[in-house]
Amino acid sequence: MSNIEKYKQAFVESFSLSSDVNVQELAYQSIAEWDSVGHMGLIANLEEVFDIMMDMEDIIDFGSYEIGIDILKKYQVDL
Amino acid sequence: MLEQQSLASLLEWPVFSMSSAEKEQLLLTEMQRLTDLHMEACAPYNSVVTKLHFESQDLQSLTDIPYIPVQLFKHQRLASVPEQDIVKTMMSSGTSGHNPSKIFLDKNTAALQIKILAQIMGDFIGKKRLPMLIIDCKATVTDRYRFSARTAGILGFSMFGRDVEYALDDDMSLNVDRVRAFLEKHEGENILLFGFTFIIWQHLVRALEKLDECLPLANGILIHGGGWKKLLNEAVDNNEFKERVGASTEINKIHNYYGMVEQTGSIFMECEEGHLHTSAWSDIIIRDPYDFSPLPIGESGLIQLLSVIPHSYPGHSILSEDVGEILGIDDCPCGRHGTYFKIEGRLEQAEVRGCSDSYT
Repeated sequence: MSNIEKYKQAFVESFSLSSDVNVQELAYQSIAEWDSVGHMGLIANLEEVFDIMMDMEDIIDFGSYEIGIDILKKYQVDL
Repeated sequence: MLEQQSLASLLEWPVFSMSSAEKEQLLLTEMQRLTDLHMEACAPYNSVVTKLHFESQDLQSLTDIPYIPVQLFKHQRLASVPEQDIVKTMMSSGTSGHNPSKIFLDKNTAALQIKILAQIMGDFIGKKRLPMLIIDCKATVTDRYRFSARTAGILGFSMFGRDVEYALDDDMSLNVDRVRAFLEKHEGENILLFGFTFIIWQHLVRALEKLDECLPLANGILIHGGGWKKLLNEAVDNNEFKERVGASTEINKIHNYYGMVEQTGSIFMECEEGHLHTSAWSDIIIRDPYDFSPLPIGESGLIQLLSVIPHSYPGHSILSEDVGEILGIDDCPCGRHGTYFKIEGRLEQAEVRGCSDSYT
């Protein structure tokens, strides 16, 4: 699986999404599942998949699918 | 609407190093802005403030800021944003038979809560995320439809941890084996522990004492909050709590925090000297319980709380049911600036309410 596929998969798993959801458009609080509970689940999932540890500020700033791509670049994860 | 720019500049205020004169200036401007905003956007708030004869047009000092009793959030729907902007409703579950407070959050207010909490916590535990042990059960956070202040507290603080583990099983019993395995995995590292005061007392300290066990947590930092009412009923005060936590877990860094669901985020942390501290984004005023006049340092009265966080509901200045006294300003031996204080309890015959905790 490529990195971008793993990245998408993390959203699908963390939020139990059906296949017709366009993950690229997801943002914090844009769906019921991505609330503060879902957020920490997503972060834990991404940290495990890419074997990274994110800074607190990056966790707070991780506000959407698109922003997340930029944040992961800081951790040498190219998507 | 809150401009992103003013939100960003708020976050640049130094957490604990402004002088009181400097802070009062910044805080007063912000309180004026928030009071005007809520007067305009929240009709029930406007009507209460008008009835109470506050002269909100021109605030000369922090003591001029209009305040509303915290109980109002239980009886009245108080929101300053349209329904479609509300992303989360937080509730403080009162004792059964009472109405819970309902707090309506929009995106900006929710973001401010977590960012300000992060700044305050960073001053106490550092910027690095630590392996974290939560003294609670996982079920408390997994049921998101019963989103209590306890859930919010655990989730908010989870951000400061990594490899988060829960010490209790879903029946609230301590799982000593799981905790020991977690500590072995992180041997030699600093460990962050978080939980609600009464739950730590009942399900960690008392549980360990009954088992006659001690956990090797000399590298632990314990953050706890949620009110003392149940512990005071058992005649346990902060000193006794610290001693017994220390005896059963070897933890010597123990910080209580005080805060309420109506002002989530701008919490007051207990320093190394045992004093609760206001940060750059909050302050307190002590008021006479009979005539509500502001009281000087060293006199006890009702606590009025100020916070720059609430934008989506009029909770920036509230009068609590808690009694306390200011111990000093800018001169705590721990080195932090700002007002520092202690809590003495709750007003007699006040409507009883769990501070941020629905567990009984």
